[in-house]
Amino acid sequence: MIYLDNSATTKPYKDVLDTFVTVSEKYFANPSSLHSKGGEAEKLLGQARKSIAQLLEVAPSEVIFTSGGTEGNNIAIKGIAFQHQNRGKHLITTSVEHASSFESFQYLESKGFEVTYLPVNHEGLISIEDLEREIRPDTILVSIIHVNNETGTIQPIEQIGKILKQHRKIFFHVDNVQGVGKVELPLKEWVIDLCTISAHKIHGLKGNGVLFVKNGVSLSSLFTGGEQELKKRAGTENVAGIVAMAKALRLILLEMQDKKKNLLKIKQFMLEELRKLKGVEVNTPENHSAPHIINFSVLGIKPEVLIHSLDKRDVYVSTRSACSSKQGGSSRILIEMGLGEQRASTAIRMSTSYENTMEEATRALAILKEEIINFKKVMR
Amino acid sequence: MIYDHLVVRYGELSLKGKNRRHFESQLFETVKRKMRPYSDLKMAKLFDRIVIELNGHAYEPIVKSLQDIFGIHSISLAVRAENDLEEIQKAALEALKEAIEGKKTFKVTGKRSLKSFPVNSMQLNQEVGGYLLRNTEGITVDVHNPDVNVKVEVKDTGTYISSTSFEGAGGLPVGVGGKAMLMLSGGIDSPVAGYLTMKRGVRIEGVHFHSPPFTSERAKQKVVDLTQELTRYSGGKIKLHVVPFTKIQQTIKDKIPSSYSMTIMRRVMLRITERLAENNNAMAIANGENLGQVASQTMHSMYAINEVTNLPILRPVITMDKLEIMNISHKIGTYEISIRPYEDCCTIFLPSAPKTKPKRDKAIQFEKKIENLEELIEEAVNTVETLILEEGKSTDESFNDLL
Repeated sequence: MIYLDNSATTKPYKDVLDTFVTVSEKYFANPSSLHSKGGEAEKLLGQARKSIAQLLEVAPSEVIFTSGGTEGNNIAIKGIAFQHQNRGKHLITTSVEHASSFESFQYLESKGFEVTYLPVNHEGLISIEDLEREIRPDTILVSIIHVNNETGTIQPIEQIGKILKQHRKIFFHVDNVQGVGKVELPLKEWVIDLCTISAHKIHGLKGNGVLFVKNGVSLSSLFTGGEQELKKRAGTENVAGIVAMAKALRLILLEMQDKKKNLLKIKQFMLEELRKLKGVEVNTPENHSAPHIINFSVLGIKPEVLIHSLDKRDVYVSTRSACSSKQGGSSRILIEMGLGEQRASTAIRMSTSYENTMEEATRALAILKEEIINFKKVMR
Repeated sequence: MIYDHLVVRYGELSLKGKNRRHFESQLFETVKRKMRPYSDLKMAKLFDRIVIELNGHAYEPIVKSLQDIFGIHSISLAVRAENDLEEIQKAALEALKEAIEGKKTFKVTGKRSLKSFPVNSMQLNQEVGGYLLRNTEGITVDVHNPDVNVKVEVKDTGTYISSTSFEGAGGLPVGVGGKAMLMLSGGIDSPVAGYLTMKRGVRIEGVHFHSPPFTSERAKQKVVDLTQELTRYSGGKIKLHVVPFTKIQQTIKDKIPSSYSMTIMRRVMLRITERLAENNNAMAIANGENLGQVASQTMHSMYAINEVTNLPILRPVITMDKLEIMNISHKIGTYEISIRPYEDCCTIFLPSAPKTKPKRDKAIQFEKKIENLEELIEEAVNTVETLILEEGKSTDESFNDLL
């Protein structure tokens, strides 16, 4: 099996699963229960929070556990918007956000907020000048995706942070679901107020995530009914999943130190090979892109068909964002990049993890080449 | 990022005459211990400072942990240049550019410690200042109140140029001022008192009174976690003594009128703490008492309680407003732990109406009703559970595999 759909989800690490099973068996009590079993679970939960905080270089009180990326983005965007709407109702984001952010903003528009969607260039990058121009006295939130889930484009978060440093009243949210464990994002140094992370993209389990909320930032909660998570997110904590996530985060940050170079090498190799193929257009930009996402279009071939034929040969890739791949049609992101309808409707995404090897990449590309040639024959 | 060195300057140390050598080596040891996670930093102890070579590490986390160490006055980011005027000018320009963002005025403070260097301090100011003015735009010199101070220090090991400084924690290095037993209830005040005691160079050991099942395991854990947090500032391990207190509290409840139970309880606590101080070679007791904050913390109350010991009692927060204490508590990272809602030994048997003006002779009289008091104290002291906490090490290793 050659699994190249790691941006959709990753296979949990063995150690992560072991942790999950052990915690589920030994520390199953509700952390809010008063008895000693509850106390143990609470203590373990606290340790997990502390561990995650250390890895992210933030304070434990700034770590809010969520059910994942979609929830993190929803709480951050709607939570800030509703809490601070008295100060202004203008929000800024980009035109290439993940659906969970994009649709949160659309929802807010229907509730009377005004949203500016920053355009991107053909590499998928926003321009800092555009951002500066759009900032108004009534702007309360800037929300930007760090690493684009379809193309791997990295937005200039550091520079955005510098701009926003001069506008202390605007909150800065970063969707780092695709970036964590792959691309550095120093939260404090780049003056980020909120940041969304998901566990299952880093070999943790589905149903867990972290929303970093800087101390002093208030936001209205979407869930009520308990005092968990500093009253920002009520509900019994998923202790086993959270502890497993702490482990996954620790492991992937270690892997990042050791294996990022190799991942970049694989990406470089794949981009070069893809560019050699006739009828293939590479959509992932050469620079400013993450080490694990490779997006390209095979002109004239329906991506669904190509995916199924690769599937038969045990190679697993995807069309684009798993969250919107069932809608069919063309990619909103590639259209926004100005790559045209044809490229946007034939895009394939290969996304690697630190587990993938150069041999796998070589083999996957050889298979891809064969399949493309087969199609060309049939269709001629 | 051009900075490759940190310059750590001492605080009051330099004033303290003969003890100075002892103070400095104590501080250097603490800094070395604190920097243990960064194995490849190079550290040198110079006459009035410690110079840390960053070796490519980001400075932020390192500065942050240095800011937890008492005895440090300031930490500056520095870039090292060869002892050559042109090199110095270039490096100074880089340093200025990094620090001037959004600001307008600067000055140069030159200091030539290496007397063989041909340019003296005054000339350094002019030569470097002039160069900076020529090579920047929209920036002017203000020698009295500059936004950025570019310090240029010529030493035999090279010239150190710094434009950005961070405030240190001040105070004296922990360990130079003897040892005190800190009474830790788990509230907001006592950890702050511990922090401030350490600030004056005093080593601390914690004492906590635990009354299961009236106080829960979580209440004890809270105190363990607070002590753990304080290890960031202690320059070494902190011992925490957990005193089994259930029997004594029940006896007090049986024998003492409820309006005096608080007073007597505190007298007993103080006696036990004094005994622990003797056993552990401490010369003082520290606590989070504050004047007039709650009913039991009046001057009358202190007068009726204090007489049971001859040891000095340090009360660093005695004059502070609650808000001042809370601010420090936030700063040192104990607030979030202190507000966990578990009852401690002080609140659980709290009478509905404690005397705000207890009388000393009455307290003595009531106390006599507990005939076996000495025995009870002896038993409590002998069954104390002592934990040893160390920075960066969790007491509960059983979770480590899971995380």
